[in-house]
Formats: sequence, C-alpha cells, structure tokens
Amino acid sequence: MASAVAHAHDVHTHEEHHEHHHETFLTKYVFSTDHKTIAKQFLVTGILWAFVGGLLSILFRLKLGFPEMDYTWLKPLLGKWVTGEAGQGQLDPEFYLALVTMHGTIMVFFVLTAGLSGTFSNFLIPLQIGARDMASGFLNMLSYWFFFASSVIMAASFFLDGGPAAGGWVVYPPLSALPQALKGSGSGMTYWLVSMTLFIISSLLGGINYITTVINLRTKGMTFSRLPLTIWAFFVTAIIGLLSFPVLFSAALLLVFDRSLGTSFYLSDIYVAGQALDHTGGSAILYQHLFWFLGHPEVYIVLLPALGITSEIIATNARKPIFGYKAMVGSILFIGILSFIVWAHHMFVTGMDPFLGSIFMFLTLIIAVPSAVKAFNYITTLWRGNIRYTPAMLFSIGLVSLFISGGVTGIILGNNALDIYLHDTYYVVAHFHLVMGSASFFGMMAGVYHWFPKMFGRMMDEKLGYIHFWLTFIGVYLVFFPMHFIGIAGFPRRYYEFSAYAAFRDEVYLNLNQFISVAAVITFGAQLIFGFNFFYSMWRGRKATQNPWNSNTLEWTAPLEPGHGNWPGQIPFVYRWAYDYSKPNAEKDGFTDFIPQNVPYSMTPHSNLPHENEMIALEKEEMLPHDTTLELAELAKKKEVTA
Amino acid sequence: MNGLLLTSIAVLVLVMFFIVFRMSNLVSILRTKSKKGEEIDVSTNNFHAYLFLLLPLAGTIWAFWYGIKHSGLWWQPDAAIHGAEYDWLSKIAHVIIILMFLVTNAALFYFAYKYRYKRNHKATFYPDNMKLEVVWTIVPAIILAVLVFTGWNLWRKVTKDAPENAIQIEVVGKQFNWIARYPGKDGKFGGYNFRYTDDVNELGLDFTDKNVNDDFQATELVLVKGKPVQLKIRARDVIHSVSLPHFRQKMDAVPGQPTTMWFIPTKTTQEMREELKSNPEYLKPDPSTTKGDPKDMKARWETFDYEIVCQEICGRGHFSMRMRVIVLDEKEYEAWVAKQEPFVVKNKEYVSEAIKRQTKMKQASGQALVENTSMSN
Ligand code: HEM
Ligand SMILES: [Cu+2]
Ligand SMILES: [Cu+2]
Repeated sequence: MASAVAHAHDVHTHEEHHEHHHETFLTKYVFSTDHKTIAKQFLVTGILWAFVGGLLSILFRLKLGFPEMDYTWLKPLLGKWVTGEAGQGQLDPEFYLALVTMHGTIMVFFVLTAGLSGTFSNFLIPLQIGARDMASGFLNMLSYWFFFASSVIMAASFFLDGGPAAGGWVVYPPLSALPQALKGSGSGMTYWLVSMTLFIISSLLGGINYITTVINLRTKGMTFSRLPLTIWAFFVTAIIGLLSFPVLFSAALLLVFDRSLGTSFYLSDIYVAGQALDHTGGSAILYQHLFWFLGHPEVYIVLLPALGITSEIIATNARKPIFGYKAMVGSILFIGILSFIVWAHHMFVTGMDPFLGSIFMFLTLIIAVPSAVKAFNYITTLWRGNIRYTPAMLFSIGLVSLFISGGVTGIILGNNALDIYLHDTYYVVAHFHLVMGSASFFGMMAGVYHWFPKMFGRMMDEKLGYIHFWLTFIGVYLVFFPMHFIGIAGFPRRYYEFSAYAAFRDEVYLNLNQFISVAAVITFGAQLIFGFNFFYSMWRGRKATQNPWNSNTLEWTAPLEPGHGNWPGQIPFVYRWAYDYSKPNAEKDGFTDFIPQNVPYSMTPHSNLPHENEMIALEKEEMLPHDTTLELAELAKKKEVTA
Repeated sequence: MNGLLLTSIAVLVLVMFFIVFRMSNLVSILRTKSKKGEEIDVSTNNFHAYLFLLLPLAGTIWAFWYGIKHSGLWWQPDAAIHGAEYDWLSKIAHVIIILMFLVTNAALFYFAYKYRYKRNHKATFYPDNMKLEVVWTIVPAIILAVLVFTGWNLWRKVTKDAPENAIQIEVVGKQFNWIARYPGKDGKFGGYNFRYTDDVNELGLDFTDKNVNDDFQATELVLVKGKPVQLKIRARDVIHSVSLPHFRQKMDAVPGQPTTMWFIPTKTTQEMREELKSNPEYLKPDPSTTKGDPKDMKARWETFDYEIVCQEICGRGHFSMRMRVIVLDEKEYEAWVAKQEPFVVKNKEYVSEAIKRQTKMKQASGQALVENTSMSN
C-alpha cells in the first residue's frame, strides 16, 4: 500500500517538475517548497539564534562571575539597561532576568527545537526514506515562514521600552501576567506570547508533515523495521510535539485572556503595586500543569532527534551495526509515551498533594530505564569497532558522555524527597544543561558536520572541526560540572547576585562562579570557529564525494547536489536495514565494510545471514522487475572494489 | 579590568585559531596531493583517541580533588530532624550515581580509545544480544526501585501532617520581602482578606475578627529549638518560594492558594555558630566584611545565620528577598514573645479607622465578595 502511494507521488512530482522549470531566485531560495532548502533555512536561522542566545548567556555570566564588574563598556550595546555613572555601570536587575528568560526561550525553542528538529527532520526524512519531498511542500514552506515570523517578533521584543519578557522561560503567572510586578510582563510578554503562538503553529505544520511523510511516502521495501534510527527519532518526536504543543497553546491562550480580557484562569487574591485586583478563583498552579504537560515532552522533543542523529553517526563511524536496534526503537517509543506522564516532577514543592508527588516520583524514575538502555547500547556499539574520528563522530561520542553525566543527576532530582532541597538550584541548571542543552547541541553539531556534504556538496574543514569539538567538549564540562557544587550548596537559579545571603558568601563559591564564567566565554569563542567554518566551507570548502563517509543510508545514493525531487531517475528500493557495516564475508560479495540499504540480498549471497537468504525469494517476486536502481547498487560496489 | 582581561583572552584564542587554521590548510593541501583516494582523513585518529582517555581522567581527578578539598562547603549545615536522614539518603544516592557515571563514562572513553581506527582491521559485526539487553534493563530498574523506596519513605515523613503541638507561624511573601505573623496568646490567627491590604495593614488583616487582636508580626522568623513549627505560607502578588536550606525544606508561596510546611529545628543559631568553628571553611573571613576596616572583619561562622531564600523568580528584587531565621531555646523564645506587641496595639488609630472601612465594605458588597479567609488552626 505504502509503496503504491510512493509511486503515485513519484509520478506526480515528476509532472510538476516539468511545469516549474524556470525557478526564480524567489521560489528557489526564499519561498521554496523543496525540503532541502527549507531545512537549510531552518539551519541557518537556528545557527544565528544560537549565537544570539549564547551571547545573552555571556552577558549574564559576566555578572555572576564578576559581580563588581563595570558594565559601562557594554553601554553601546545595551543602552539604558546599563545604569549608574561611567566607571560603575551596573546591569539592570530586571534586564538580567530578561536575559535569562530570552536565553532559555531562544535555546529551547528556536535553536534546539526549530534549528535541530526543523533542520534534520526536513532534510533527512525524505532523503532517508526515499521520497521526492515532504507530503506537503507547501505546508512545509509555511512551517518555516511561521517560524521566521515568530523569530522576527521575538527579536523585536528586545527593542521594546519595557524590554522583552523576563519571567523565566517558563513564564509562570501571576508574574508574567502583571506588568505592575515586572516590566517585562508588559508588551514584552505580549510579544513573547504572539511569537510563541506562531512558533507552535510552525511546529505543528512541520510535525504533521513529518508524520504523514514517514507513514505514507516510504520507498518500496522501506518497512518500519528497516527505518534508520534517525527517522524513528524524528517520527516519534513529531508525534510527541503534535500531542503536546497544543497544550502549550491553550496555556498561552488562557494567559492571554487573563492579561487582556480580565478573566481569572490563573489569577486570584492579588494585591500588587498598592492595588487589590478583581481576579478571584483562578489557580496559578493550573498554568504550571499545562506548561509542564508540554514542558517535559519538550525536553525529549529536543533530545530525541539528537539521539537519532548520533545513532546513525556512531554506527557509520564505528563501522558497526548499532547495537540492539530493536531495543533502541523500543526505548524511543517507551520514552515517547512516558514523557507524557511525568510532568509534575517539576512541581514537587508547589503544594501539590503528597500522594500525587509519590506517583510522579515512580513514573519519573521509570523513564530513567529506557534512557539507560540507550546509553548502554551506544557504548556497546563502540565495543570492537573500528572507530574513525570525524568531527561528527567526536561530537556524537561527546553527546553520549554528556547524556550520561546529565542523566544520572535526574535520578536524584526525580526522587522527590531529595528534590525538595535541590529544586530551583544550580543543581537543576547543571542537570538540564548537560542532559538536554549540551547533549542536544552536540547532536546538532554532529549532524551539521555529518550531513554538510549532502547539504552543500562540500566538506567542512576537519581541523577546525576538531578544534571546535575539543574546546566545546572541555568547555561545556568546565561550565556545567562545577554547577553541581554550587547547586548542592543551595544557590538559587535566576539570581542577579548572591551577596544578600550569609549562606552564599564564601570566596570558594565566588571563585567557582568566576571559573564558570571564564569557561563560558571561551566556549562561546569556540563557536565562532564553527560559524566561520560553516559559512566559509559553504562556498570555499573542499568538494565532497557522493558518499564521503561510506554510509549505508539512502541519502548517499542521491546525486552530490540533488535537485528538487532528490533522485533524477527512479527512487531506489530498499532491501535491508541501514546497519550492515563490517558484515562478515562481505568481501566475497565484492563489498568492503558496508553494504548500502539499496543492495538486494540476492547480490550478497556470501554475507547474508540465514534468515536473509530466505528474503531473496521475496525480492525476486516483488521487487526486481521494477528496479532500475540495481545499477546504482552495482555502481556502489564497483567503486568500492577500486577504492 | 576583568573585562579587559576577558577580551584579551578571547582575542588571543581567536588569533591562535586563525594561525592553526592557516597552517592546517597548507598542510592539508600538501597531504591531499600525496594521499589521493583515501577519502576520510584518519591521520589525527590516534590523537583523539588519546585525548578521550586523558582528558576525562584528568577532569575526574580534578573534580574529586576539588570536591573533597572543600567538602565542608557543599551541603549547607543541617539543623532539622529530617536533615540527617536527608543527608544520608542524598549521600547514598550520590555515591550510586557517581559510580554509574564513572563506570559508563569509563567504558565509553576506554572503548573510544581502544577501538580506534586501524588500517586493515575490521569491526566485529555484533548487532544484538538479548541477554545483555535484559540484564541492563533489569539491573538499573532494581537500583532505581531501591532508591525510590527509600526516597518515598522520607517524602512521606516530610509531607505528613504537622504534629499537634507545632508552633504555627504565618509567612507571607510579597515583592520583595517576607512578613511573619504569630497567632499570639490565644494561639489563633485572625482572618484576612486581600482586599483589606494597604501599606500599613500589609497582611490584609480583618480587624472585625477578635482573633486578630493578639496577633503580632515580625520581620525575622523566630523559632524554638526542638519544637515542631508549621509555616502557613501565602503570597500577596506573585509566586515566591520559602526555601530553608538549613532545614532541608522548601515550599512555594502561591497567591490565592495557601500552602504549608513543617519541620523541627535541632540547633539554636548560637549552637550552630559554635559548631561551625570546627569546620575550616567557616574560619575564613566572610567576604562582605573584608572591604572596610580590618577590625570589622568577621569569620564566616560568626556571620552565620539561618535564612529564608526566595527560590522562585518573583521580579526585580528576587535575588535579595531574604528573611533572617533565628532559632532560640525555649526560654529565650518566651522572653522574645513577651516583648512583642500585637499589631492592633501598635496601630490603634489606624485599626479603629480600618474597622469602619471594613464593615462598610462588607455591607456594601455583600458577604460573597468579601469572604474572609479564616485561618484554621
Ligand atoms: C534520567 C532521567 C531523568 C530524570 C529522572 C529527570 C528528572 C528531572 C527532574 C525531577 C527535574 C525537576 C528538577 C527541579 O526543577 O527540581 C528535571 C528537570 C529538568 N530536566 Fe530532567 N530528568 C531526566 C532526564 C532528562 C532529560 C533526558 C532531559 C532532556 C532531554 C531533561 C531535561 C530537564 C530540564 C530541561 C529540566 C529543567 C526545567 C526547568 O526547571 O527549567 N531531563 N529533571
Ligand atoms: Cu521533566
Ligand atoms: Cu523571589
């Protein structure tokens, strides 16, 4: 059935292709419906946002590391947010909160959701499942432009008089609902809400497309059990997003009502700025339930694509099949389901019923099991491999390490008794920056280095990639590991300064904070190398070959720079899973250490496993008559023999 | 000064990279000519493999050394009945996760080193192993189950209802300070209504309620050693959070949705200061006292205080929303209470005006709108 659809689509885009022969600049690069172009748009926008988000963090890290620093030199950049006379310029405390808030929002949503999932789901789904494009190119284009509009509005909020939203990335009401309580809760918050609404629409449009495409447009032979793990990850991510983003939308909508229509969904019994407000009967906690119902799945929306990318890269570069493919798929699905029923672990100390707290502790700790399984499987994939360190591989191994190091502290935080002390301290900051922030960021970088040749037909410079990796890897550990120490000492998040408290006045804490800040500056500096490498290589990089990493997945069978439609001729068929690396006896079949997915078992009699030999009969019946891509497979083989 | 330092570091780093890039470019041009056909550059492979072995090792050693060197500094000194159990559980759990962290990271980096690329070597085709998978699903599950149950035990103790004899204190958060209210001799809090709030009557007390008459307010939270205390927590404007790190307790203050928390302090402030004298970290000077006259310099144990830390972002002054907490012994506490004057006594004139206002408000808008929140005791 699925392949019938694929064929129908096939023909369809072919016809379309003829009509649209003269693409203008506008249709080719701006309002493009080609999934590859859209992916690049997401990527470039995501990278730009990452630099903005990073810069914001440097600004507030300077304050934390050097509390007495003179901010006057930043006045040209920050304007009125630096107060005090020259020589003793101070960062405005509310602007500090705005910086923290925008940093979180930008990184979580714009960089690690749109920039990561948007880029790689778009780029890889059609190419790896063997489709000409997304199910709906038009909706896909809209998805990007909604994201773009959302970005513009969020960026514009920096220039508002009251500054951007400042209530933390979770924007809990009443703080976010009352401009009297916080400047950023005025028009800054309105912009935030509008921007996020557009962002949610963008995510939903993208998600619907990813799901339909994976279900309907797989090429012949690409069964679910042969999907590369990247696609599994993108697929489950899109489903999670589709189910949880609408809840964020309703949370935001009710907040809009409270803010502008005088309703009382979240507000009750409030006396602020010398005035008792009329709101009664609302529940501030309701918002938190709604927010975290998205918020927790969101952390997996951010992480799963990175894990998928890593699976692919680790298998390719260890020259080994990913260990426990079925367990990997199983844990992705299990994590996907569980991620919906643990949200209240962010709310253990909101006064919730202690019994409910117990339930959420059990559910939360169950989710650690599939996470652990994934980590073990990555490690075993390296075991007895033949590991080539491309920059992508380095970042993937870095990801696994960060995922473990940040994941284990989840076990502490999920334990509600222990969480009482640690909640909203830097311990939590350390936890999620390692497990989510850094791990996903590493996944994104790995993906960029790995698929850059497919995107731009050129290679990124490896040496710069190596330097970028090592500085970043060392850097993030130096930044986030010491945060465990000050977190255990009880340091609260979102604090402008700690000097008011006797508990936090010790030179060791000060030194640690200073250390972290310096490490952050250097780590940020290292990203400039990446920025340079990325844009430089786009135009001046070494020309890539068609399959530079000797990889099995379908995208590498497409031409070096595929046009709209991806494969000039017929779409390749798929006969095997994506992980036939270093298969025993492959040499006897004329292959080196990899057998691409489009090579039929009938061509590899020596290396087939017993049950694979049985598949040959099926291949003969169903597939071979149609398949002109065998030539492609044959080509791949010859190339290997000469190499 | 620091800005200058940082900028120069950044510039230096950038210059370094640029040079490395230029050099490596030249080198790679030379190399690609000599080694045509080899697509993936594996010339630096060993370098990365060794780094994967060395750097994590160095980092781990450093972290352990640093953590142990300042071990007197990490957990805030504990002064609650549950504190000892909390600290014990926390330590066990941390030992377990540190072991997990070490073993898995060690395996990862060791394999990364050991199985680095070798020419003419072929990886082992090893797609799965059911037994292994089952083992490493079940083992973590068991470890987690043990942790969950010990945690659950403690959670239930901490969150169960406060003992009958607990001292009750109302703690109210507002931008940007805390106010405490004690029920006075009758042991009963007077009711309140947020609509009665103003600059003087900060807690919106209802003066038509007789129970209010002996309630007194304080800007410091005074507790009794050895006696359970229950805090009745509310917020006036936005969400705040009453965090008491030394008592291993924390509870959000939510407008319109009062919460409670209880614990038992085990050491008076004075006792804690004495005890901290034996912790070398607390013999160092408090940095906030080192700027002025050397005579005023104080050691950290001297300036030690229990405190409420606001732990939920609440606006501009969030970072300084502190309340001092003082633990006294029973006698000292009695003496302190005896000295406190009820709000009604302190503000006689204001209260007589306020009673009129409040009565009028009640009549004007009917019971429904001005429903008092009476405090159950
Ligand atoms: C091993 C499994 C994990 C457990 C048991 C766990 C548990 C927790 C708990 C209980 C909290 C709340 C802490 C607090 O605020 O007091 C938390 C926070 C967080 N976790 Fe995890 N976690 C796990 C894995 C992950 C993963 C894989 C990610 C991301 C991909 C993640 C991302 C986050 C984030 C973003 C927060 C903080 C949100 C905020 O307060 O701003 N966690 N985690
Ligand atoms: Cu969560
Ligand atoms: Cu606060």
